[in-house]
Amino acid sequence: MSNDAAGATHTAISIPSPAGPGGPETEQPRLGIGASLPPADARAKTEGTFPYAADLWAEGLLWAAVLRSPHAHARIVSIDTSAAAEMPGVRAVVTHEDVPGERMYGRRVVDRPVFASDLVRHHGEPIAAVAADHPDTARLAAAAIAVEYEVLEAVTDPEKAFAAEPLHPDGNLIRHIPLRYGDPEAAGEVVVEGLYRIGRQDPAPIGAEAGLAVPRPDGGVELYTASTDPHTDRDLAAACFGLEPERVKVVVTGVPGATGDREDPGFQLPLGLLALRTGCPVKLAATREESFLGHAHRHPTLLRYRHHADAEGRLVKVEAQILLDAGAYADSSSESLAAAVAFACGPYVVPHAFIEGWAVRTNNPPSGHVRGEGAMQVCAAYEGQMDKLAAKLAIDPAELRMRNVLATGDILPTGQTVTCPAPVAELLTAVRDFPLPSLPKDAPEDDWLLPGGPEGAGEPGAVRRGVGYALGMVHMLGAEGADEVSTATVRVHDSVATVICAAVETGQGFSTLARQVVQETLGVEEVHVASVDTDQPPAGPATHGRHTWVSAGAVERAAKMVRTQLLQPLAHKFGMSTELLQIADGKITSYDGVLSTTVSEELDGKELWATAQCRPHPTEPLDESGQGDAFVGMAFCAVRAVVDVDIELGSVRVVEMAVAQDVGRVLNPSQLATRIEAGVTQGIGAALTENLRTARGLVRHPDLTGYALPTSLDAPEIRIVKLVEERDVVAPFGAKPASAVPVVTSPAAVAAAVRAATGRPVNRLPIRPQAAVAAPKG
Amino acid sequence: MTLPASLDEAVAALGAMPAAVPVAGGTDLMSAVNKGLLRPSGLVGLGRISELRGWHYQDGHALLGAGLTHARMGRPDFAALIPALAASARAAGPPQIRNAGTLGGNIASAAPTGDALPVLAALEAELVIAGPGGARREIPVSHLLAGREMLEPAELIGFVRVPLLHAPQVFLKATGRTGPGRATASVAIVLDPARRGVRCAVGAIAPMPLRPLEAERWIASLIDWDGARGLAPDALAAFGEYVAAACIPDQEPPADGGEAPPLPPAVLHLRRTVAALARRALGRALS
Repeated sequence: MSNDAAGATHTAISIPSPAGPGGPETEQPRLGIGASLPPADARAKTEGTFPYAADLWAEGLLWAAVLRSPHAHARIVSIDTSAAAEMPGVRAVVTHEDVPGERMYGRRVVDRPVFASDLVRHHGEPIAAVAADHPDTARLAAAAIAVEYEVLEAVTDPEKAFAAEPLHPDGNLIRHIPLRYGDPEAAGEVVVEGLYRIGRQDPAPIGAEAGLAVPRPDGGVELYTASTDPHTDRDLAAACFGLEPERVKVVVTGVPGATGDREDPGFQLPLGLLALRTGCPVKLAATREESFLGHAHRHPTLLRYRHHADAEGRLVKVEAQILLDAGAYADSSSESLAAAVAFACGPYVVPHAFIEGWAVRTNNPPSGHVRGEGAMQVCAAYEGQMDKLAAKLAIDPAELRMRNVLATGDILPTGQTVTCPAPVAELLTAVRDFPLPSLPKDAPEDDWLLPGGPEGAGEPGAVRRGVGYALGMVHMLGAEGADEVSTATVRVHDSVATVICAAVETGQGFSTLARQVVQETLGVEEVHVASVDTDQPPAGPATHGRHTWVSAGAVERAAKMVRTQLLQPLAHKFGMSTELLQIADGKITSYDGVLSTTVSEELDGKELWATAQCRPHPTEPLDESGQGDAFVGMAFCAVRAVVDVDIELGSVRVVEMAVAQDVGRVLNPSQLATRIEAGVTQGIGAALTENLRTARGLVRHPDLTGYALPTSLDAPEIRIVKLVEERDVVAPFGAKPASAVPVVTSPAAVAAAVRAATGRPVNRLPIRPQAAVAAPKG
Repeated sequence: MTLPASLDEAVAALGAMPAAVPVAGGTDLMSAVNKGLLRPSGLVGLGRISELRGWHYQDGHALLGAGLTHARMGRPDFAALIPALAASARAAGPPQIRNAGTLGGNIASAAPTGDALPVLAALEAELVIAGPGGARREIPVSHLLAGREMLEPAELIGFVRVPLLHAPQVFLKATGRTGPGRATASVAIVLDPARRGVRCAVGAIAPMPLRPLEAERWIASLIDWDGARGLAPDALAAFGEYVAAACIPDQEPPADGGEAPPLPPAVLHLRRTVAALARRALGRALS
C-alpha cells in the first residue's frame, strides 16, 4: 500500500522529545534541523490542486493505450495491426518491429523486451501500443489488434522453476547465494523448524501510472512522468529510442505515492515511441487494472528454517533456504536476495549460519523493488522461529529475544562487522516496558472496535487478545558496490535560497528536508526546491532511504560552500575565520557580538552558487559463500503488536502497534512520525489483507476491491514509544533513513500477536482467516 | 441522458429509448462504464423521482421506494421499522457508496455480495415493477434474483414491499478487514412471531441468497413463542451447523461407492463462518 501523501491520519502520535525521556523538554526549533517543518506542497495536496502526471495536458495531444498479454506464457504466432491502424482517429500503432534502438531494457539487468516479440512471459506484458485522438478510440484500437497465441504451460511454482524449460535465454536461476558462516557441524540442544510463505504485496500507489510525452524540434522527446529514478529511466528510454541521452529529457511530475520503483518503463517507452512516431504530444493514464498488471510487486517468498539453540535459548546455528519468486524478469531480484540472505537471522547474534538463497524466474507477475525488499520476508520467518523457540523452551518471547540481540561490534553472518549504532536491546526494552492498552473490561466507557468493524459480526465472547514482538533490520542505500552518489546545487539570491537536486520527492520528505538543511546552514528562511528533470546532474533512485542520506548530504555540502563564499570576504575584512561567524534568522553575527549585519546586505545583489556531491564509503559484493561488507549502514526497529482475534471467524484487528526505532537523529519530528505510521500501516496490510492473487499466473481481481488495502479503521493506534538518537557518524547529520524498517518489522509482530492469541502456528502472510481460527479454551 | 420526475415518466423514457440504461446511484453502473465494459447509448437518471426516495405504509407492509439510499435506510427511524435492512445498509461499503447507492440498484445489479439481498430474501419481500402505461405487477424478490422472472423492456423496479413484523431482526456480515469490505458471508435472521416463524437467508456464498428452510422450521418449533423465546446455547449452535450444512453441503460420494472427498480447507472455513454467523444472529435476535 502507499499512503505516503496522507500518512495514517487518525492515529495518536506520541513523539518523545529530542532530548529523550528524562531529559529536559526542549522546545522544537521553528526552522532548520529538528523543526517540524510542514511540506511546502501540503496545502495543495490536501485541497486537491496539486498537479500529478494524470493532470497534464498539451495542445493537440493524442491518447495512448497499451495492448497487454492475456496469457501468462504463450508464443506469439502473429500480430496483425491492420484493423487497428485503419480505425478512424488512430494515428499510430507500434509493436516490437517499431522500436528503433535497443529492444531490450531493464533498470538493473537488461533482460526485458519493450514489446513482446516471440514470447509473452507474464500476464499483462506489453505487446503493442496505439495513439489515437480519443482515449476510447485508443483502447478500442488496441483491442482490435489481432494477436495469435500458442498458449504454453505457465511455470508458476518457483520450486519447479529449477527443473523447468528455460523461460528466458538467461535461464531460470537469476541468482543463488550459498552463505556459509561458521561450523556446519555445530548443533544446539534445542532445534525448531518451520516453513513460511509470504504473499505478493503490491505497492498499490494511490495514483496509478500516467505520463505525457512531447516530441522536441531536435528529434528528441520529453517524458513527463512520476519517475522516481529519472536518469536511469532517461538512459534506458534513449537506448530504446536509438537517441543520445541528451535528446531525451525526463521531467518529474508530482509523485502520487511510491513505495517502490514507480512508473513502469512499460508505460513510458510506448509513450515516447508514439510521440516520436506521430510528432504529437501523447498522453497515457493507466487504469487501476493496468497498474496492477504493469508494475513490480514484492517477491513472494518460500522460506524453510531450522534454528538451533542451547537450553538457555541462546542461538547456536541457523540453517535456512530462501526462495524468491522473481516473476518473468530479473529487475531488482538480485538485490532483494542479497538482503534476504544477509538478514536471514535478523538482528541476533548467530555464531554459525548456513543460508541458501535463490531468486528464480517464473511466469508470475514481475517482482521488483518494494520498500523493505528481502528483509521483510525473512523477518516474518526468523521471528516465527524465535516464537517457536520461546514456546519450546517455555521462555517469555521478549526475554528469549533479549538473550540474543545484536549490538554494535557484533558480526553479521555475511562477515560484516556492525559498525553503526545498533541499539537493539534498548529498542526491545522500550516496547516491552511500554504499558499495554487497556482491555475492554477495564475501560468499559470506551467504544470497543471489534474485529470485523463497527457493523461487523464480531462477538466479544469470541475475541481473544494477543501480544507479539518482532525485531527487524534493513540496510540503507544501495548494497554490494552500488555507487550511491548524489549531486546538489544551492543558490542564494536576495536572502532566498534555491536547491537544485534531481532527488525525487516521493512522499519520503526529501524536499522538506532539503529546505531544513539549507535553513540550518545558511540561516535563510525562504528556501525553494526546484522541480526535477534530467538536465540536472543525477541523484540516483529514490530507494533505500538514499535521498535522506546522500542527497541531503550533498545539499548540506553545497550549502556550506555557499556559506563560505558568503562569509569569506567579511571574515577577511575583520581578520577572523568564517567559523567565528554565525548566521541565524537572516543575520550574520560574530562570536563576540561586535559584528552584526544581514545576509541580504552582505549579498549586495550578488548571486552565490555552489554544487557538491556526497558519496558514502564503498561497499563490496557478497562473494561465492555470501561473505562481504555489502552494506553502508543498517537501521533497526522493535515492534510490539497487540491484536484482537475473533477466534471463530478468524478475523483480526490490530489494536495497537508500539514502535521503537533507531533513527540516528530526528531531523523533522512530525515527518518522521508520518513515515513510521505509513510504514507500520503498509506492514499491517502485508500481514492481514494485501496479496495479489494469481491463478496459473493470471492476476485475479486487479482492483482495489479485490486487493484490500488497510483503511483508517484497520490502522491501529501507532505509539512511537522511543526514537533512539545515537548518531551514525558516517551519515550526514548522523541520521538514518526511517521509512523501510517499520515495513520490515510490523508484519512479523502482527503474526506473533495472532500466534499468541490463537495458539496457531501462523506461518503464512497475509494471515488468512482460517489460520486464525482456534478452539475456545476451557 | 434524461432526468424524469416521476416513475411513469421514467418508464416512458425507457420505452422511447429502448437502448437506454436506467441509473440511480451509479455505484455499480458507472464503474462498469469507466472500465469500458458498458457503453450505454443513453441514460435515464432516476435521481429526481422523489416518490422513489421515501416509503409509505400499506396494510401492514412498508412500500419502500427503490431510490432509497443506504445512508437513508441506515438512519434510526428506518432501523425501528426494518432493523435488519437498516443494519445491512450501514454495513454496505464506505460512506460515499452509502450516500449514492440505492435499494433498487442493489437488487438490479444482483451482485452475490449485495448486502440488502439476504435481508430481502429473509423478509420474503415483493417487488413492485412499473411498466408502460402505468402498469404495475408484483414479483417476489427471490424470483428476480433466481432469474425465474425477469424485468421486461421498459420496466423498472418501483417499490419493494416488505412486511412490518414488529420483532427482532439481525443482519451479520463477515469481511476480510475491519474497514468496509465485501462480505465473505452474511446471514439475515428475521423473527415472525405472528406466524411463529424464523426466517433465515445466507448471502455472498452463492450467486443468490440461500434459504435453509428445514433449519428454519426446526428451530421455530423449539422456540417458546409465548414465553421468553430464548434458546439454550446448544440449540443455537445446532441451528448454526444446520444452516451451514444446508448451504454448503458435503461433497457427493463417488458413484462407485466409497468415501465422499472432504471439502477443501477454504470451503470448510466458509462453512464454519456461516455456522458462527447464523448462531450469533439467532442468539442476538432471541436475546
